[in-house]
Amino acid sequence: MRLQYPETIRIIKVPCTGKVDIIHILRSFEKGADGVYVAGCLEGDCRFEIGNLRARKRVEEAKKILEVVGIGGERVQMYNLSSSDGPRFAEIADEMTEKIQSLGPNPIKLALKKIAA
Amino acid sequence: MIVAEKKPIEEIIEGIKDYQKILIAGCNECVTVCEAGGKKEVGILASALRMYFMNQGKTVEIDEITLERQCDHEYLEEIRDSIDKYDAVVSLACGVGVQFMAEKYPRVPIYPGVNTRFMGVTEERGVWTERCQACGECILAKTASICPISRCAKRLLNGPCGGSTNGKCEINKDLDCAWQLIIDRLKALGKLEDYEKLIPIKDWSKDRAGGPRKVVREDVRQ
Repeated sequence: MRLQYPETIRIIKVPCTGKVDIIHILRSFEKGADGVYVAGCLEGDCRFEIGNLRARKRVEEAKKILEVVGIGGERVQMYNLSSSDGPRFAEIADEMTEKIQSLGPNPIKLALKKIAA
Repeated sequence: MIVAEKKPIEEIIEGIKDYQKILIAGCNECVTVCEAGGKKEVGILASALRMYFMNQGKTVEIDEITLERQCDHEYLEEIRDSIDKYDAVVSLACGVGVQFMAEKYPRVPIYPGVNTRFMGVTEERGVWTERCQACGECILAKTASICPISRCAKRLLNGPCGGSTNGKCEINKDLDCAWQLIIDRLKALGKLEDYEKLIPIKDWSKDRAGGPRKVVREDVRQ
């Protein structure tokens, strides 16, 4: 397929999105990530039945926390797509990158840079 | 177990915003099981607070620890050597743990990170319901092991009242009438005749009405 997607995205593989916990999302932002999206299987297609549904709930919870601490809940997003759907994967990567670019950098990243300087 | 709920982060921030070194202390017992104050919740709260303060341009050090229990001397002793370096502690234990830590370490302000709700059960993951009010004189033997003190809105000893409809309580259509449950269970146990026995007036002095309570066991006391 040789599809292109933005090189700024770092993929972290997990056996199922049900493995993704709130703390993993929060730590990403703490370390300076500008955005995080969780790409799970289509709802109803989870090999473990509810892994992707659990992930969605955790993403929603992470959104609320990020909103409260001033990072912005819109920086984290849940997506559902089939693992064989390469074009959709690339489309989501573009969509999320565009969204994050319009939001600007994670304020924590700027604060970390300030501390380092 | 003791069931608690996480306090809103905003409320916690309001309490600790002027401190520079803060310890978030979880508890490995009840609040871990009800997912309000265990190691996982400590991690989430600490991460959220670190980001909040960093975003505010403040340098605040936030450490994490989860003790086996916060209602026993021996586990609270584990932080004796390190507690003095903190300006404040946010304890995610129940109200018991928060107070015991405060009693033990009088110089450090201890803030509660959860709202302690009740003694209850995990009906399913994410759903906890009340079962006991620690009234101090258990009457479950007389009520088919279903507690009207904690589960009847009126704490009726001889129910049900007129507000029971189709097995539900008048205060909430989703709430089972405790006395309906008692009658159903007595019937299932073949002990419906027990329902005819009136339960006498309860000694409420063993409940909170008698003031803060204390249990002393001389046989195990050191």
